[in-house]
Amino acid sequence: MKLKLHVWRQKDPASQGRLVQYDVDDVSEDMSFLEMLDVLNEKLILQNEEAIAFDHDCREGICGMCSLTINGKPHGPQSGTTTCQLHMRTFKDGDEIYIEPFRATAFPIIKDLVVDRTPLDKIIQSGGYVDVRTGQVQDANNLPIRKKNADLAMDAAACIGCGACVAACPNGAAMLFTSAKIGQLALLPQGQPERKERVVAMTETMDNEGFGACTNHYECEAACPKSISVKFISDMNKELMKAKVSSIFSM
Amino acid sequence: MVLNSNTPTGDIRTAWDNHKFNMKLINPANKRKFKIIVVGTGLAGASAAASFAELGYNVEAFTFHDSPRRAHSIAAQGGINAAKNYQNDGDSVWRLFYDTVKGGDFRSREANVYRLSQVSKNIIDQCVAQGVPFAREYGGLLANRSFGGAQVSRTFYARGQTGQQLLLGAYSALSKEIQKGGVKMHNRKEMMDVVVQDGVSKGIITRDLITGKLERHAADVVVLATGGYGNVFFLSTNAQACNVTAAYRAHKKGALFANPCYTQIHPTCIPVSGDHQSKLTLMSESLRNDGRVWVPKKKGDKRKPADIPENERDYYLERKYPSFGNLAPRDISSRSAKEACDDGRGVASTGYGVYLDFKDAIKRLGKSTIEERYGNLFEMYERITGVSPYENPMMIYPASHYTMGGLWVDYNLMTNVPGLFAIGEANFSDHGANRLGASALMQGLADGYFVIPYTIANYLATITPGNFDTNASEFEQSETEVRQKLEKLLSINGKRTPTSFHRELGKLMWDNVGMARNEKGLKETIEKIPAIREEFWNNLTIPGSGAQLNIALEKASRVADFLEFAEVMAWDALERDESCGAHYREEHVYPDGEAKRKDDEFSHVAAWEYTGVGNKPTRHKEELEFENIKFAVRSYK
Repeated sequence: MKLKLHVWRQKDPASQGRLVQYDVDDVSEDMSFLEMLDVLNEKLILQNEEAIAFDHDCREGICGMCSLTINGKPHGPQSGTTTCQLHMRTFKDGDEIYIEPFRATAFPIIKDLVVDRTPLDKIIQSGGYVDVRTGQVQDANNLPIRKKNADLAMDAAACIGCGACVAACPNGAAMLFTSAKIGQLALLPQGQPERKERVVAMTETMDNEGFGACTNHYECEAACPKSISVKFISDMNKELMKAKVSSIFSM
Repeated sequence: MVLNSNTPTGDIRTAWDNHKFNMKLINPANKRKFKIIVVGTGLAGASAAASFAELGYNVEAFTFHDSPRRAHSIAAQGGINAAKNYQNDGDSVWRLFYDTVKGGDFRSREANVYRLSQVSKNIIDQCVAQGVPFAREYGGLLANRSFGGAQVSRTFYARGQTGQQLLLGAYSALSKEIQKGGVKMHNRKEMMDVVVQDGVSKGIITRDLITGKLERHAADVVVLATGGYGNVFFLSTNAQACNVTAAYRAHKKGALFANPCYTQIHPTCIPVSGDHQSKLTLMSESLRNDGRVWVPKKKGDKRKPADIPENERDYYLERKYPSFGNLAPRDISSRSAKEACDDGRGVASTGYGVYLDFKDAIKRLGKSTIEERYGNLFEMYERITGVSPYENPMMIYPASHYTMGGLWVDYNLMTNVPGLFAIGEANFSDHGANRLGASALMQGLADGYFVIPYTIANYLATITPGNFDTNASEFEQSETEVRQKLEKLLSINGKRTPTSFHRELGKLMWDNVGMARNEKGLKETIEKIPAIREEFWNNLTIPGSGAQLNIALEKASRVADFLEFAEVMAWDALERDESCGAHYREEHVYPDGEAKRKDDEFSHVAAWEYTGVGNKPTRHKEELEFENIKFAVRSYK
C-alpha cells in the first residue's frame, strides 16, 4: 500500500520543529509501524538526509521505549498496543498518517520524535520501591499473599513506563503512572511500612516535575498500552488523603 | 597464557561458603573511598549497582537507554528457576546443578554452576521482599511451573512478564540508591572503550548520545553488564540496541572472549514475514507446556491446518522424544524444526515455520485456563500476525535468542584484565554450551545480587583506592582513537546504509554459523567477512554529524564491531571440532541426530585473545574438570 506521512522533524530542543511530508509506497501489511519507518529511514539515508530519530528497543511491547503520537493518539489507533506492536494492517492504502512525538510539558523534545521522559524516573526514585537491602530477607513463602491482591498488584505492575498516559492527558498529568506503582505496593504486605510516606513523596515529585493535575478525563486509561485502570488513580487519592489526615493526628 | 579460574577446591557443596570466608573484606569506613563503574543496567547491572551502593561503595552506572528500566532483560517472558522445592517434587540444589551441567552438555565450570544453584533460592526471597508480584496459589503461596526440559516445577513467574517484573525490582532497588546518592546514574551514554593502564582497568570512554560528547570516566573497577551478542545474526529476538560493542572493545583491550560460538537458538519465535523484518518475536517457551508441535506428514502440503486430519500430521517431537515430547530442550527442538522444514514439510509463506497447536489443550483445560496461562502471549501473537491462536495453531520457527559465550571470567567474575569484571549475559560462565530455559534471569540476578558484591571486595582489598586519573595518557589515547573511528565512519560518504551491512553479515552468520555448522561453511565465512568489512569501511554513508543525536552513526559504530567480532565467532565454531549443546557441527552427530561431543579433546573453555583486526585470534584453553557429575550423552528420548 501507499501512504502519505506527515512526520515531526525538529533538529534539537532549541529549534522550531515542523511537520514534513513523506510519501512511502510498497508498505506491506505485515510490517510493524516502526519497520515502516525503518524502510523510510533507509531511503532517507541513501538520499543523504538525516534519519528520523525515534525511540524504540525491544519491539515486543514491553520495554516502554517506543512512543509516537500517531494521528493524535499516543501509540496510535489500536487499543492496548504499543507503537512497536502496531502493524500496518491497521491502515489502508492511501491513508494519511500524522506522526508526532509524545507531547507534554514534562517531556521536552530532544530531537524529531524523541522526548525526555526522565521525570518518570524521578517519581520512582522518590519512593517507588520497598526499602530492603540485598540479603537478610526471609524465605519467600513465609509471606503468604492473597491471590486476589497479588493479581491486582500484577495488574498495576504491568506498567511499562512509556508515558502514553501523560501524553494523552489534556493536563499532561502522570497520575496513572504514579498510581500504578503506588497501587502495586499498597496492595502488598511488603509495601505497608512505607505506605504513607511513599504516596506523599511520589505525588509531591509528580507536581515538582511539571506534570499537571487530574481532571478525570480518563484519556490515560484509553491510551495505556497495558490497559491499566484509572481505578488506581482514585485509590491513590484515597491513600494520599489518609496519609495526610493521619500525619495531622499522629505527630 | 595460563588461565587461572581461581575455583575453590574441596567439596563443591561448601566451596562457595568457604570461598566467601577466605576472601578479603573492606572495612565499612573504607568502602566509600572506592569507586565502581557499572556499564549496563539490566538485571545484572542494576542489581549489582544497587547492591554495591547499599554496601557503601561509590557507584557510577551507565546505560545507553533513556532510563535504566528499558534493558533487554525486561523481555524475558517465561520465568526464573530456583531450587526451592516448594512443589515437593524432588527438586534440590543438587538437582538444579545437575540439570544445568547436563543441559550445558558438560562445557561449564562445575563450581560456578553449583554456586548459581545455591543462590537461586536467595533470589526469589530477595525479589519477593522487593514486592515483585510473582504468580500465587489460592493459599497465598508462590506458584511454580515446569519449564523447557525440566522434570520438576521450579520456575517462578509473573504472568508472561517475569523479566519485566524482575527488572523493575532491580530498577526499584537502583532507584532507591540513586535517591540516596550512592549511585550516580548516567542515561543515554554509550560505552565506547575500556581504558587499560599498565594492564589494569582504570575506566571507560563514553559517548553522550544526545550531544555526541566523548567523556572520560575513571574508577577503581569497571563492571561490564552489557548483555549478549545475538544481534550478530541481524534477525534475533534481542532488542534493537543489543550489541557486542562494550564486550568486544574490552576484548580488543586484552580481555579474552570465551566460547563465542555458543549461541542459543530459541525454538518458539514468530517466523519471518519479509525483507523489512527488523526482529523476530519470541513466544515464551512455556507455551510448549500445553501446545503440541507438528508439521504435515506430506511435503509441500498447503492445506489450512484445520483441513489436515490427525493421521496426516507429524507431531515430530512427541514421536522422536517420547519422554520429553514437546518439552525437549531448546537446541533439540530448534534443530528438529529446521530438519522438518529442510525436508520440505515446513509451513508459513516462506516454508520456514512449524505449527504449535493448542486445540487439544483448550479441549482438555478449557479456554479460560489457557487464557489465564498465556493470554498476553496469545494477544501478542494475534497483534503481530493477525491470527488468533485460540482458533488456529500458532506458527513458530527458531531464532537467535541468547549467547552463552562472553568475556572470559574467573570464579570471581573478573576477566583476565585486573579490575575489569563481567556479569550476566556478558560473561561466559555458567551455561556451558546450552542454557536451560528460565536460567538467564537466574544468572543475571545471581551475579548482581549475590556473587559480585562479595568477590569485588577481594580485588579491591589488593589495591589503593582512587589510584586513577582521567588526564593519564591512556585516557587521552583511548578518547582519540574513539573520536578518530567515529570521524572515519562519518567521512566515508559511500552508498550503503549501516543496516544494509548488518543484514548482509547477519545472513552470512545465520546460514553458516547458526543452527548447524560445518567446516566448509565456516571456512567460507572466515573468508567472506573481511570483504564485507572492507566494503563497509569504503562504501558506508551516514548523514549528519557526530555532535548530535545521530541514530545512523550509533548503528554504524555497533555494526563495525559486529563485523570484527563475527570472525572470532566463526574461528571458535571452526576450531571446536565437535558438537556440544547448541554448537552443532554436522560432521559430529550420532545416527539419531544428537550432538556428538569429543570429551577427550574438547572438554575445555576456548578463550580467544585479540591479535589485530583480520588476524586469527589466539586460542587459549581452560580445562574443565567434572568431579561430581559423570560425562554422559544427553538423552531426552
